[in-house]
Amino acid sequence: MSRTDLIIHDQKDNVAVVVIDKTSKNQECTGWIMENDKTIKIKSINEIPLGHKISLQDLKEGDTIIKYGHDIGKVVKAIKKGEHVHVHNVKTKKW
Amino acid sequence: MKIPKSFLGYKRENGRAGTRNHVIILPVDDISNACAEAIANNIKGTIALPHSYGRLQFGADLELHFRTMIGTGSNPNVAAVIVVGIEPKWTKRIVDGIAKTGKPVEGFHIERTGDIGTVMKASKKAQEFVIWASEKQREECPLSDLWISVKCGESDTTSGLASNPTVGNLMDKLEPLGVHLCFGETSELTGAETVCAKRGATPEASKKFMKTWSAYNDFILKEATNDLSESQPTAGNIAGGLTTIEEKAFGNFQKIGSCKFIDVLEPAETPAKGKGLYFMDTSSAAAECVTLQAAAGFNIHLFPTGQGNIVGNPIEPVIKLTANPLTVKSMGEHIDCDVSKILSREMNLSEAGDELIKTTIKVASGRLTCAEALGHREFVMTKLYRSA
Repeated sequence: MSRTDLIIHDQKDNVAVVVIDKTSKNQECTGWIMENDKTIKIKSINEIPLGHKISLQDLKEGDTIIKYGHDIGKVVKAIKKGEHVHVHNVKTKKW
Repeated sequence: MKIPKSFLGYKRENGRAGTRNHVIILPVDDISNACAEAIANNIKGTIALPHSYGRLQFGADLELHFRTMIGTGSNPNVAAVIVVGIEPKWTKRIVDGIAKTGKPVEGFHIERTGDIGTVMKASKKAQEFVIWASEKQREECPLSDLWISVKCGESDTTSGLASNPTVGNLMDKLEPLGVHLCFGETSELTGAETVCAKRGATPEASKKFMKTWSAYNDFILKEATNDLSESQPTAGNIAGGLTTIEEKAFGNFQKIGSCKFIDVLEPAETPAKGKGLYFMDTSSAAAECVTLQAAAGFNIHLFPTGQGNIVGNPIEPVIKLTANPLTVKSMGEHIDCDVSKILSREMNLSEAGDELIKTTIKVASGRLTCAEALGHREFVMTKLYRSA
């Protein structure tokens, strides 16, 4: 098993979790999909710290973030593929 | 890994087994804390369990108070109990409840005697209890004597990726061996509630879960003055990369592996349907949740953390595990089981589950947890509403 920079829970997910200290700008990252054991490549636009999410595709306002194969919230500001995904561009659909 | 069939525990009068052998001094109410602490200070080897409530409560809130008190005293990790309250009636009610287990218990009330006289009388009895308990030896007990509760805290995305699924892996491996299991945290299943409800072993269990979750959600919507996004997820969760309550909930939910829950328990309610997984309606605050699970009779606790929660409990040992390498590095004195190698793919989930099983059996057999060695004894009663 090779080291991985990102982990993706489910192949349906549109975000991955950074599992190295942080990604650097324009870093070519390797992502491992746990569900099917496949590997993907994605370029990180920002510096993204351990545990934070990176987008695997371009997303527009109103789109749904999928993680664990499930809906975990809505996009409130357009997100580019490879961009940091967090409270500044995603919000809960509850409460 | 071949799973060991037994651990070394203390066999109790009612057939349960303890992982610890505590003699506790249990105050019925807030104003009896000083007396309870003085008794525990006099008699070495006993522990006082001070708390904030027990006066003028009524209805379901009072029932929960009694259930928590009686349940705590009845927990198999407790060998014997001294109960101290201001008034005789409520003190006796708790003594009588604990006495049903067959363990030594005696109550003292302070009214008409005062603190000093009560401390003297109760200390003599506590000394007798602690010397009696010190003769108890650990014996081989089947793994099915383990009642394992779980709750996660200071979660981050590494919790959902690795430490919570490690607990889930342990559940999948130990459930067939006849252990009792319990998860809770009603609020933190918000977003994953319908997926969780489908894990009911029966339609009744699923229905009961949805009813419990909806009642909680209605309460939140009624009391909320903002969108709760500063409370759930917490600042610690957000620093760790968790963005929404839904994301937190799906991570949280990984703790039960592929198990199904057979019943939904009231806070601090003892399971009555035999071995298997139970859901308990609890707060998601760590100390409150563990206190309720201990009061329901659970004798060992697994606590996955991301950013590094430090909670302990006076009677139920709390085992911490984390997959966050920064947490292992910066606050390793709180971590009993390090599963951070999952993130670098140097360890798989099954290996991590095996590690956690080994740690659990060691702690059940007497190894101190980090929280015990650090003196974490958070005993926090859940209060449902204002007192009369």
